[in-house]
Amino acid sequence: MASLTLNKLNKSFGDTHIIKDVDLTIGDGEFVVFVGPSGCGKSTLLRLVAGLESISDGELKIGETLVNDLPPRERGVGMVFQSYALYPHMTVYENMAFGLKLAKTAEQTVRDRVLETARILQLEELLDRKPKALSGGQRQRVAMGRAMAREPRILLFDEPLSNLDASLRVQMRNEIARLHHRLGSTVIYVTHDQVEAMTLADQIVVLNGGHIEQVGSPQELYQRPATRFVAGFIGSPTMNFLPAALREGHAEGCRVSLSGIGELTLPQSAAALDEHAALTLGVRPEHLSLDEAQGSNAFEIVNVEYLGNEVYVYLDSGQSDELLIHRSEAPSRWEIGQKAALVPSLANVHLFDGEGRALPLTSTRDAA
Amino acid sequence: MNTRFAKSLVKRIAFWALIAVLLVYAIFPFYYAVITSLKPSSALFQVDYWLSSVDFSNYITIFSQGSFVQAIINSVIVAVSVVAIALLLGVTAAYALGRVRFRGRTTVMMVVLGVSMFPQVAVLSGLFEVIRVLNLYNSAGGLILSYTIFTLPFTVWVLTTFMRQLPMELEEAAIMDGATPWVTITKVFLPLMWPAMATTGLLAFIAAWNEFLFALTFTLTSEERTVPVAIALISGGSQHELPWGPIMAASVTVTVPLVILVMIFQRRIVSGLTAGAVKG
Repeated sequence: MASLTLNKLNKSFGDTHIIKDVDLTIGDGEFVVFVGPSGCGKSTLLRLVAGLESISDGELKIGETLVNDLPPRERGVGMVFQSYALYPHMTVYENMAFGLKLAKTAEQTVRDRVLETARILQLEELLDRKPKALSGGQRQRVAMGRAMAREPRILLFDEPLSNLDASLRVQMRNEIARLHHRLGSTVIYVTHDQVEAMTLADQIVVLNGGHIEQVGSPQELYQRPATRFVAGFIGSPTMNFLPAALREGHAEGCRVSLSGIGELTLPQSAAALDEHAALTLGVRPEHLSLDEAQGSNAFEIVNVEYLGNEVYVYLDSGQSDELLIHRSEAPSRWEIGQKAALVPSLANVHLFDGEGRALPLTSTRDAA
Repeated sequence: MNTRFAKSLVKRIAFWALIAVLLVYAIFPFYYAVITSLKPSSALFQVDYWLSSVDFSNYITIFSQGSFVQAIINSVIVAVSVVAIALLLGVTAAYALGRVRFRGRTTVMMVVLGVSMFPQVAVLSGLFEVIRVLNLYNSAGGLILSYTIFTLPFTVWVLTTFMRQLPMELEEAAIMDGATPWVTITKVFLPLMWPAMATTGLLAFIAAWNEFLFALTFTLTSEERTVPVAIALISGGSQHELPWGPIMAASVTVTVPLVILVMIFQRRIVSGLTAGAVKG
């Protein structure tokens, strides 16, 4: 177990700058998830930690040791690959023992460690099988076992569940969470699936274009996204964004006007901004209620999705191609073709400035 | 109904007739060699297509010559060494060319391929000088060296292609487990590369086993000759007699190891030659 410190970490492939000045501290025993769209550099960042890619600039410390130039085996990290990458010609036992044997561990210790790992992962029955005789979930567990058998200080997961089908994914997600809870090891987990990120993480690191957008607990990221990108990335269905214009802004709050909806008084501080500045108002589907259409506040319902426990109502925003989403408990009285007025819950809306940064709240409140 | 039946019958007959032609075309020369080798020399020039009696005198003749047995031993030594060296160098080169990113990798591959395009005769005199300088003339070493030169390009190309198809993550997993490149090659890649190794190894063996021109040029005495040369130099009692019987017996004897090897490895060859063609 160990902490991990990234200090102004950079990585370039030729002229392409992939990782830009990443600063990050991961505490001992934390489960950290790197999440972001494809090409955001999350896998590269993981491979830098693993030692599979060389660091172009910056410092990487595990515990108190600078490990920039150490090979993977001396960093004390174990990695689970997306394709599992099990050695096809070795049995499950040999797969898990391979690293230990290379480290010249005493035979008895190898045996004990492998058996102990197999017990934790419930692989005891499968030790003599070859990978091709295993199911997807079992292979996944063997890959984890191989990474864990050497008792690494940090466990790295590179999109480990993306090769599994949906139901198995939920099951394995659960197993990984329980395993972490039991072993308390430091884990870095890369995924593009925000549900995995939300359910597993102590800390989520949202990456975009090679830099960190925001680091925080799942609640923080959901309730107080620091940027419009994070707001749009976390949460499903995604947050609704509406263009808004600043009417009046001071330290205690602000007034904005939205086309159709009219003027709203919000608790965000807009003192730093000019009047008439173009803002974006963000509101989650569950905080956007519908009412009888009145005057210009009338949006056409273009689709209604019934999911059993809840209903998604899609509305034409009238301004962009993107539909607005309202989410409520089933049943819903709204039907396709009707017009409805939008009523955002004022305590739960987010405001973003022209650069996509969230405006701070004037006082603490319970956003959700 | 009848016409359709007739049509399908004709098709079938034509199909099998074609196969028969192909079989005769491919097998008859070898078959005739076997038959000839089993005839006493007195019956040699009677044209028979079936054996009426089996006579092993030709085989006894060649195996009672010490030089022929010595030639077989030489051939085995040379061919096995060539295969071993070619596979060792081929696998390590394939790792470098298939897995390590470095400048000029494609150029090296092209040069390797280009080398294999020269006909043997073109390099014969140059190679002769090299072998004389290295003091390998009239020794197994000279043959091993020259055969390896011609075997390596093919070996390297096939093994590199195969190595590239092994998933990158497999190697990275080995690196994470603390494996050095050598351990990765021997413990992880080699077991997965047996089909390709069997294919290239067998082809290298056949090439070295059957090679004639270099063997004739680079050896002088019968103690160092390999089988193809030894067969060519089998002579009869007089200048005007060509001993067909012993020559055929020797040829058949020499072909047997190849046939056995191909039979042992045939499944591997097929999977080696098609590996990666479909499955990525």
